[in-house]
Amino acid sequence: MNDPAPASPKTPCGGNCSCSGGSTNASPPPGDDGSTRRAVLKGLGATLGVAAYAKALAPLTELTKETSMDEFLQKHYKELSKDEIATVITRLTQEAKEQYGADVTISDPKPQEGVKFGYALNLSICNGCRKCAEACHLENNHDRPSHQSYIRVFEMTKGSMDFEKGNVHYDHPVPQPDKYYMPVQCQQCEHPPCVDVCPVEATWKEKDGIVVVDYNWCIGCRYCEAACPYHARRFNWQKPQIPAPEINPDQSYLSNRIRPQGVMEKCTFCLHRTRNGRLPACLEACPTGARVFGDLNDPASEVRYVLENKRVFVLKEELGLKPQFFYFFDE
Amino acid sequence: MSRLLKQHPSLAWIALVGFATLCSLAVVWAQKNLGAAESAPVMKSRPKAEKHLVAIKPGPPTPRLDTGLKDAQGRAITAACSTCHSTTTPNTMRNTAHDLFQAHRGLSYAHGNLTCLSCHNAKDYDALHLADGRSVAFPDVMTLCAQCHGTAMRDYLHGSHGGMNGHWDLSKGPRVRNNCVNCHDPHHPEFPLVRPVLPPRDRISVPNVPAEH
Ligand code: HEC
Ligand code: HEC
Ligand code: HEC
Ligand code: HEC
Repeated sequence: MNDPAPASPKTPCGGNCSCSGGSTNASPPPGDDGSTRRAVLKGLGATLGVAAYAKALAPLTELTKETSMDEFLQKHYKELSKDEIATVITRLTQEAKEQYGADVTISDPKPQEGVKFGYALNLSICNGCRKCAEACHLENNHDRPSHQSYIRVFEMTKGSMDFEKGNVHYDHPVPQPDKYYMPVQCQQCEHPPCVDVCPVEATWKEKDGIVVVDYNWCIGCRYCEAACPYHARRFNWQKPQIPAPEINPDQSYLSNRIRPQGVMEKCTFCLHRTRNGRLPACLEACPTGARVFGDLNDPASEVRYVLENKRVFVLKEELGLKPQFFYFFDE
Repeated sequence: MSRLLKQHPSLAWIALVGFATLCSLAVVWAQKNLGAAESAPVMKSRPKAEKHLVAIKPGPPTPRLDTGLKDAQGRAITAACSTCHSTTTPNTMRNTAHDLFQAHRGLSYAHGNLTCLSCHNAKDYDALHLADGRSVAFPDVMTLCAQCHGTAMRDYLHGSHGGMNGHWDLSKGPRVRNNCVNCHDPHHPEFPLVRPVLPPRDRISVPNVPAEH
């Protein structure tokens, strides 16, 4: 495998380390961005929780089997050339084989020209069965023991609109007559506060509206998690545990590839599917047909029909974040 | 819901047909139901430069009644609905399943207060019928649903009712739509109660959820 570092003109990191040529010494990431990231890593160590602290220090102290030199030296996603991406993907594919015993295919689909994704959800139809959360769990290679999912379904008292008052732990037949059910996932805000607070620019909004994370650049500081008013971001406390036969092999770099420990993750509208024209996994799994997905720029799309013919609303509109996820009731 | 009762069925039907001119999906769908072959309902989508089709899952096959008897090979002996019903007098008033003692014991029925024969065809029990008397084959049952549920049908045709599988982008691949009766039992259309799956077990990432306090 090629070392990605030498391909870059900015290879020497400028520090007193020996970061070129795949030395076995622990070294900070190369380039200007690398130095920023290193400074942040140092500064954060003192103030953050144990897991983030461990994550911040781990690369500086030892290179474990899980954090290879190549991974450590990898540049920011946006600075990787086509060849470098290919190299990184080869490495990640091998790691999936070594660490999980799974044969996976990792792609890197780009936003489709002129497409802007939007999602709408009919709260009159949703029955709270959580099949969407389950589908997300399976599709996105989430940690099995924690039942991790990008979707949380709130059981809401009829009349109340504040999902913070909802209950996610309900476990009785649904729907209950005095309740309705509100699935909440990343709202792919036009003005995403999670992106603004990231100290290392490991998360950003793409042209098609999807907010993504470079899991290899994220330092796990969890600022974004705190900044998100929809509680849509998750932290990988542990290295995800997934039995090999359950691993979804259809993966992409920015979405459902198996995340390392200690980084943030979030819903990407299943970009490995949706950028190839397919519907998100949560929509296909919905047995009630409450979910509507499509291109907001296409006046004939299903989601535009909803926007134009139903009284839609967004969560916490007063924050002005302009979510691209819409809710509506029939009537 | 009472709004549905107020809607005269044939008005809803006219509205639907009028609407169809706006939506080629509906046009093809309507054409198909104005006499086209009874083959798998595959239809072309919006007239954009889209290559792939939207298919609606077919409705139920023409039902037969299980007589409870077995033939020499141990297979269930079934009878066409018309076997008995060509000799019985249709009961046009029946709107409940409580008093079905002979052939259809145990049918669960709760669909407004429709009479059985507002859907089943009194002239041919192997088929259904519209309000204007036109016969509708069982696989085309959606035509019948649409007659009384214009709003749901309109939303369905726009993809905001009834769900789908496959592609949002029809230039990339096809799409499959559910039939109304995949989700709604025509005799008991209310969506049934279900047990939720996958309760969340995450520890810290739901700061404000009361159940965790
Ligand atoms: C074995 C004879 C028999 C067969 C076969 C049969 N039915 Fe019936 N059906 C009856 C009888 C008798 C009644 C009168 C109600 C009762 O007491 O069960 C009835 C009642 C009905 C009714 C209520 C309206 C009315 O005319 O009373 C409907 C609708 C109906 N049947 C539909 C069907 C359909 C659809 C099938 C085919 C799946 C079918 N039946 C097959 C004997 C039969
Ligand atoms: C909304 C329209 C509608 C009404 C009203 C309706 N049916 Fe049906 N019925 C259907 C359809 C559609 C099928 C085929 C369903 C299938 O095979 O899945 C069917 C199937 C049947 C069958 C055969 C299969 C089965 O489920 O046993 C019987 C018997 C039957 N109906 C009797 C009745 C009786 C009796 C009533 C009144 C109490 C009634 N139906 C009212 C639409 C209706
Ligand atoms: C002849 C008119 C008529 C036809 C045909 C008809 N329905 Fe209905 N439907 C009604 C009426 C009336 C109600 C009751 C409305 C109410 O309760 O206010 C109803 C109620 C419903 C409901 C709501 C049930 C609930 O309690 O939540 C559903 C779902 C439904 N129908 C689906 C269907 C489907 C699917 C078909 C086709 C198989 C169909 N209907 C055919 C008249 C009809
Ligand atoms: C993917 C499953 C699904 C399919 C397919 C589906 N529905 Fe529904 N429908 C639901 C659910 C869930 C509800 C809300 C719960 C309820 O009222 O039973 C609902 C509600 C309804 C209602 C009552 C609420 C209202 O809008 O007045 C009607 C009528 C109805 N559906 C008709 C239809 C018709 C007609 C079709 C076919 C064109 C259809 N549905 C297809 C799942 C489905």
